[in-house]
Amino acid sequence: MNRAQAIPLRRSRASKGLTYWVGRVLFYALVVFIIVYSVFPFYWAVISSFKTSDALFSSNPSFLPLPFTLTHYQNVFSGAAFGRNLLNSLVVAGLATLLSLVLGVLAAYALGRLRFPPRNAVLYLVLAMTMFPQVSVLSGMFVLLRQLNIFNTYWGLIFSYLLFTLPFTVWVLTGYFRGLPRELEEAAYVDGATPMQTLLQVMLPLTGPGLVTTGLLAFIAAWNEYLFALTFTIGNQAKTVPVAIASFGGATPFEVPWGSIMAASVIVTVPLVILVLIFQQRIVAGLTAGAVKG
Amino acid sequence: MLTVRQTRLAWLLVTPTLLVVALVAGYPLAQVFYYSFHKADIAFVEPPVWIGFRNYIYLLTQDTEFREALWNTLKFTFFSVTLETILGLAIALVIHSNFKGRGLVRTAILIPWAIPTVVSAQMWKWMLNDIYGVINVMGVKLGLLANKIAFLANPATVLPSIIAVDVWKTTPFMALLLLAGLQLIPSDIYEAADIDGASKWQQFWSLTLPLLTPALVVALIFRTLDALRVFDVIFVMTGVNSATRSLAVYNRQQLIDFQDLGYGSTISVAILVIIFIFVFIYMRSVGRGVNE
Repeated sequence: MNRAQAIPLRRSRASKGLTYWVGRVLFYALVVFIIVYSVFPFYWAVISSFKTSDALFSSNPSFLPLPFTLTHYQNVFSGAAFGRNLLNSLVVAGLATLLSLVLGVLAAYALGRLRFPPRNAVLYLVLAMTMFPQVSVLSGMFVLLRQLNIFNTYWGLIFSYLLFTLPFTVWVLTGYFRGLPRELEEAAYVDGATPMQTLLQVMLPLTGPGLVTTGLLAFIAAWNEYLFALTFTIGNQAKTVPVAIASFGGATPFEVPWGSIMAASVIVTVPLVILVLIFQQRIVAGLTAGAVKG
Repeated sequence: MLTVRQTRLAWLLVTPTLLVVALVAGYPLAQVFYYSFHKADIAFVEPPVWIGFRNYIYLLTQDTEFREALWNTLKFTFFSVTLETILGLAIALVIHSNFKGRGLVRTAILIPWAIPTVVSAQMWKWMLNDIYGVINVMGVKLGLLANKIAFLANPATVLPSIIAVDVWKTTPFMALLLLAGLQLIPSDIYEAADIDGASKWQQFWSLTLPLLTPALVVALIFRTLDALRVFDVIFVMTGVNSATRSLAVYNRQQLIDFQDLGYGSTISVAILVIIFIFVFIYMRSVGRGVNE
């Protein structure tokens, strides 16, 4: 721990000049590799969506969107009911998120803050549900949606999406509520506030950032959902974009319209990527809070 | 007085969520169990008929397609979770070390995470295209491939291709979880190790890895359970092709394509049981790790 020991260490690093620099170069090569590996497939989709069909199927592909065209974007909106699909996705994911947040914030406050004897049992139930395989209730949900007469409607999808958005919201928000300082709550009680007033006027404003993050993550999960949307919709009435993108067809079964598929993919993904980049600090915190606090 | 009121309010606040959970999970699950003991079609052309354990007996003794789907799912889970863990750990260690541009790396890895699975499957399908795909074209041009490969048609390459796509999409999640774990390790123990003359390599094996184990186990559980129920990436890339069909794909095929509500429900129960087995094994090993 004394200086005499620290000095030889420093000297040894100086003498290792070459290995040090080789290490740095390898390290930055790894950094570049990680970035290219993560970004290139999306970059390729973006430039493919702007290339003419001739350029797309060229044996000497360009790494820039040349020759540039917007044809595929026009095709996406003129051909199929893609606009409708986008609207459907927005409504379904938006309402599923909103409902989950409203229900979730109430339950999470109780689970995170109030005296509630069966609290752990409820928390375990919620945690178990976040890992629940959707496919395992596929048949039961199919029959239930038919019985409730909401098969192939917005409400059918919203209802079924609560299976995964609600437990997730409750779980993450419970963590947020637990992290708030106890003094605030006590001060509110001393001032004579009821628990409900404490929730609405003191605690809820403090969980604002948590609500944004949780809502965003729930929205992304609902926006990306495929299995239920594929199984519980027929035609374009309630069909969401993942189903539309997965089933994009050409004029003939042999002709896959890659340009249009890539254009549709970019339309669906760009808003998500922008949201994620804006909220990246919070998303990372929210994602890991959901998992690590278990 | 306050505590009584608190408890009453807590019940009031939790009840809506519990009701929704009972309706969207409890009731459908009960139906799945119910129909798994019946011969029934999903359009209810004929009323369901109770057949006892016959579906289960068929599933366990005769259904070779189920066995094949189970094997595909296990292969997929094993390889994709293993590769993701190794890659995710490497990325987490890179981001955790101090260097210019670490923010850029963290931002870059969020892109695969943000992309919907269906979109990532389509993007890769295009890149893996047998004639025009950039991987084949550039691979041949750069001399990495002798010939163009029909990645998704060739039985030898189709499952590895799908695994590669899944690894690309889900490694970021793994990396972020492991990064959070790394950030919990106090940095002064590394200073102490430096002074003791331990190499970085020794520090990784004797400090980082043991201290990261809790985060690693949580990440492994999450990803394993996720991989066992895989549907999107496989269905979009290869449909119901028996070389890659997972349990979830097979389940939906029986239920929707073949309209078999009874047998489809039996497969659903089987998937649930398989996932429970994995949870049980993980919990046992975690419990033992804590007791030691």
